Amino acid sequence: MQIVVDLTRCQGYAQCVFLAPDVFQLHGEEGLLYLPAVPDDQLERVRQAVAACPVQAILMGKGVSAGAE
Amino acid sequence: MPSDLRDGRIVIVGASLAGLRAAETLREEGFAGSLTVVGDEPRPPYDRPPLSKQVLIGDVPAEATALPMRRDPDAEWRLGVAATGLDLLEKRVMLADGESLSYDRLLIATGTRARPWPNPEEGALQGVFTLRTIDDATGLAEALAAGPRRVLVIGAGFTGSEIASACRERGLDVTVAERGPAPLVGALGGTLSRLATLMHRGHGVDLRCGVTVTALHGDGNGRFTGADLSDGTRVEADVCVVALGAVRNVEWLAESGLAAGRRGVACDAGCQAFNMYGIVINDVFVAGDVSRFPHPLFGYQMLSLEHWGNAVAQAEVAAHNMLNPGPLQRPHLTIPTFWSTQFGLNIKSVGVPTYSDHVVIAQGSLEARRLAMVYGYRGRVTAAVTVDMGKVLDYYRHLIETAAEFPPPPGAADRAIAADIPIPSDVPDPKGLSHEPVVALTGYLPDRRLMVVQPVG
Ligand SMILES: Cc1cc2nc3c(=O)[nH]c(=O)nc-3n(C[C@H](O)[C@H](O)[C@H](O)COP(=O)(O)OP(=O)(O)OC[C@H]3O[C@@H](n4cnc5c(N)ncnc54)[C@H](O)[C@@H]3O)c2cc1C
Ligand code: SF4
Repeated sequence: MQIVVDLTRCQGYAQCVFLAPDVFQLHGEEGLLYLPAVPDDQLERVRQAVAACPVQAILMGKGVSAGAE
Repeated sequence: MPSDLRDGRIVIVGASLAGLRAAETLREEGFAGSLTVVGDEPRPPYDRPPLSKQVLIGDVPAEATALPMRRDPDAEWRLGVAATGLDLLEKRVMLADGESLSYDRLLIATGTRARPWPNPEEGALQGVFTLRTIDDATGLAEALAAGPRRVLVIGAGFTGSEIASACRERGLDVTVAERGPAPLVGALGGTLSRLATLMHRGHGVDLRCGVTVTALHGDGNGRFTGADLSDGTRVEADVCVVALGAVRNVEWLAESGLAAGRRGVACDAGCQAFNMYGIVINDVFVAGDVSRFPHPLFGYQMLSLEHWGNAVAQAEVAAHNMLNPGPLQRPHLTIPTFWSTQFGLNIKSVGVPTYSDHVVIAQGSLEARRLAMVYGYRGRVTAAVTVDMGKVLDYYRHLIETAAEFPPPPGAADRAIAADIPIPSDVPDPKGLSHEPVVALTGYLPDRRLMVVQPVG
């Protein structure tokens, strides 16, 4: 599973950082950096983060599969 | 929605952020016909912003940046093949493999590429990079991990600054060469560019402004070894990153008759392309970095943006309009929004900072490195930039949307004293910069020179 955070919308509330600290990290006061490819053992935590984000900025989903051609 | 618009054949050229989000929106809004997405990169859509951030720091491999789908757009993906031409009369897209695709409606989302170093031989030296694609980022991240003596970054726009920041985070020595007076000055104007200068220097970047790089040198084996600067100095380095801004991918449209040029493909506020006479072509739409479009809040000037959020918003509007007749179409009126993470600071911008004559620091202060700066043009709020104060951005977005008076009236409780002291916004002519601004007004205002955006190098 992949994630992307809409950082134009993200307000640095950091709920995601509390819920899945191995995936989301604050760089400085409010610069959010994250792992776009979610490790399998982090899926549940990231799901919680997606649900908890107050501005619904986190999208999780599959990437377009390479063999789609 | 009339059923004939829900059916038929739609082709999207450009398989990246705008192309993917448009494809999903088409299905979301009920398109049941055939959908083909053509992309010249061999990879499925991926996200570029991490390439200059997480990937260069070494947290994330470049290939791990695939964009998640909101839903499967049930499209045929023609990846690794470029569109080479467009026949508006026959309604066909020509492909590099000799095939062609007929369409009923077409979306152009071919984005931009990195502006190369002007001397191709020097640019081909081993150790010289640009940064736009996964392959670029993989190569550059490897070169940084190898522990070069020094990295030279040419151009101190957003991308160049983020690269320099990542290098410092890895403990690498880095020199940044910028033709303009300060980093980010073309995008944010004088005051914030002075803060950017402090951030570079404070983090140990060897920042050289007001200079150009005149030549790149290699050793006998074609490996980059250093560069000459216009002030007569020489920088010895093992890695060079050319961050001179972007070039719009419009060459494939050269013979098409569309209004496609250096600044992008012109379209109306509903994302429908103009031909070279300024006549709207009904079945051809444009979205993302390759577009230029008029915005009523900024004097109906044509905006060219290189903003993630714009690619998403414009793709959604274009897709909606591809499925709806005129009266039901929507305008793309989103206020431009941008972010950048560098030197531990989160910089966010809303509106068009270059469309300004004065600024005030409305909240916070430069000393605190935490502030909201508001930009005005002729007594009206046109933009705001926050440094580590992203939560207040929505408030200023609202001021821009409502064309509020500048300087902004008291609203925030922690209003700074400086909020009542407008100072010139000091936006330079882009001709004097190494990089191009990521927001360019490409129209014409008789009293302002900054609208003339020229290629540099
Ligand atoms: C390193 C980097 C960092 C960035 N950081 C930020 C940031 O912090 N904040 C922000 O707001 N924005 C940032 N951006 C900008 C953001 O990534 C772009 O705005 C976004 O990618 C635009 O999407 P797009 O789909 O319009 O164009 P692109 O992503 O450029 O995609 C266009 C696609 O079309 C393909 N193509 C081109 N010509 C053809 C052809 N003839 N036939 C077929 N396919 C073709 C291209 O190869 C490409 O895959 C960054 C960009 C880069 C490169
Ligand atoms: S929870 Fe949402 S708003 Fe908060 S930092 Fe994470 S993504 Fe941003």
